Amino acid sequence: MILKALGSQPFSVNAAASRIFVGLLLAGLVLVPVLHLAIPEGAPFHLPTYVVALLGKYLCFAILAVALDLVWGYCGILSLGHSAFFALGGYAMGMYLMRQIGTRGVYANPILPDFMVFLNYKELPWFWYGFHSFPFALFMIFFVPGVLSLVFGWLAFRSRVTGVYLSIITQALTYALVLAFFRNDMGLGGNNGLTDFKDILGFTVQASGTRTILCMISIATLLATFLVAQRLVNSTFGKVLIAIRDTESRTRFLGYRVENYKLAVFVVSALMAGVAGALYVPQVGIINPSEFVPANSIEAVIWVAVGGRGTLVGAAAGAFIVNFLKTWFTSGLLAPYWLFVLGTIFVVVPLALPKGVVGALLDRFSTKSTGLKGASAMDEPAGKAAE
Amino acid sequence: MSTLVKPKAEHGKPALTQALLYLDGVSVAFDGFKAINDLSLFILPGEMRAIIGPNGAGKTTMMDIITGKTRPDGGIVYFDGKHDLTKLDEASIADLGIGRKFQKPTVFESQTVADNILLALRGPRDVWSALFGERNAIEPHRIEEILDIVRLTREQKRMAGDLSHGQKQWLEIGMLLAQDPKLLLVDEPVAGMTDSETEETAQLLKRISKDHSVIVVEHDMTFVRALDTRVTCLHEGSVLAEGQIDDVSRNERVIEVYLGR
Repeated sequence: MILKALGSQPFSVNAAASRIFVGLLLAGLVLVPVLHLAIPEGAPFHLPTYVVALLGKYLCFAILAVALDLVWGYCGILSLGHSAFFALGGYAMGMYLMRQIGTRGVYANPILPDFMVFLNYKELPWFWYGFHSFPFALFMIFFVPGVLSLVFGWLAFRSRVTGVYLSIITQALTYALVLAFFRNDMGLGGNNGLTDFKDILGFTVQASGTRTILCMISIATLLATFLVAQRLVNSTFGKVLIAIRDTESRTRFLGYRVENYKLAVFVVSALMAGVAGALYVPQVGIINPSEFVPANSIEAVIWVAVGGRGTLVGAAAGAFIVNFLKTWFTSGLLAPYWLFVLGTIFVVVPLALPKGVVGALLDRFSTKSTGLKGASAMDEPAGKAAE
Repeated sequence: MSTLVKPKAEHGKPALTQALLYLDGVSVAFDGFKAINDLSLFILPGEMRAIIGPNGAGKTTMMDIITGKTRPDGGIVYFDGKHDLTKLDEASIADLGIGRKFQKPTVFESQTVADNILLALRGPRDVWSALFGERNAIEPHRIEEILDIVRLTREQKRMAGDLSHGQKQWLEIGMLLAQDPKLLLVDEPVAGMTDSETEETAQLLKRISKDHSVIVVEHDMTFVRALDTRVTCLHEGSVLAEGQIDDVSRNERVIEVYLGR
């Protein structure tokens, strides 16, 4: 059925893939509340709470993957520190959620979160001011990752740090943040991070309805992120990014300021990653420094590679595929073997499917449909259609 | 060295402002090896100049210096009489109106032929214009005009990486045309071309040189002869001889340098 739709427009396999993806997200937007809330528990087709929670988590990872694909897949910047922006967005949301706890904490302090009382803080550190307000927190979710990526990118790109060297310093960046956030003196909960959230905008975080809404917001955000990213890569801006990825010096000799393009796409990507982190935190109920660890960033790179670098749909799909496998393999009997599976995926996929799962599918369909357009299409259209 | 023709002696001391490109006493060394050694050369507006010389004569390094890829150790490089090219980066130099075609055809292989031209076309190149402005609203006829000149109209939807070697060379020349620079630096444009393609390329370059200044680096003597223009022979990083092709090719030092290697 899909193939037939593709057959009419042989060269727009990419457009078809993106339409399918948008369609799936829109369907999810309707199905999640219906299957989770409207269908009673125990009935067939009921979506259990844990599935909604998992789905929400995957969606946040898919947003991160799209963000990463924008810089890596299209501009060739292999960032191994994107979880830094994700976690910073998450912390900004976490700080808001902490301030919402109020007197319901163990120590019942109306101002100070529990960990501060425990660590003998007398007053709220200055950088916690304003986080009781949701609009302020929302602003910080964009502002903190945005400023960090702007400063880091400005320094790195104008010094022409590229390739593996750039990857190494992005790792250093996120590792420095792990070390900083682990310290209790940082005033952000140290090792334990921020947790025990009660409510968000007055709704109980754990409630079915809240979970459903958060999941729906995640779907909508992934959709928005995808559409923005698609708009970027389909514009001439995107063509310049690909030119930079393929032949950076040639692009400079044409008169393009490569550093400005890299900086622009890096900041946009960091903002997307920050939003993903902010949506992640209320759905998993905790944010701690382990979100910054370099391994997380590398895992995100694996999602993109598995799904298909340089195809936005592929990046999102890769996040779903790998994380689904991870959930599957890290529970029950298979638990000890997850890292072996991940390692195998990372070795096998680049060898067998260098363009990733979606990249390979796109190639396959586009050659098939161009074949259709060729000699045989005129001779036996009926036969092909029946296939 | 008696036959060394000094450029200044022939052209009668043009002022700094007259020459479009002015190199004086330029030197650059890589790990002690002097790739360019006290090179002086100038190109007048509207002039076409062919540069020949054996391998390692410093032809490509000279282009690298002019386009800002390599910084010289010493010497003056002026463009249009007022811009010191040794102080500018690649993008600013390209912006001033210096375009370059590389020795190995360098096109954006994973993009279509039409998009290659679109990226090269003269106009604003900032991020904003590429997203929402002029660069993102380039009219197709501007691309088609260029494709028509370099005869790639039928290939416009193909990936540049799928083109033949000769077509890539022409695409890159098309990109140069699209850039519409004041000075074109063309490095070995006919390498790997058939005889008829070589002849066509010579005709194309001659047409371009009517309203642009062109520097062509080439090994192919038939091609250089077809260009019918002033020739500079480089050797060990400096000018060995300069003049019409027949004079240069009769020059004993030039013959020695070419055959001695």
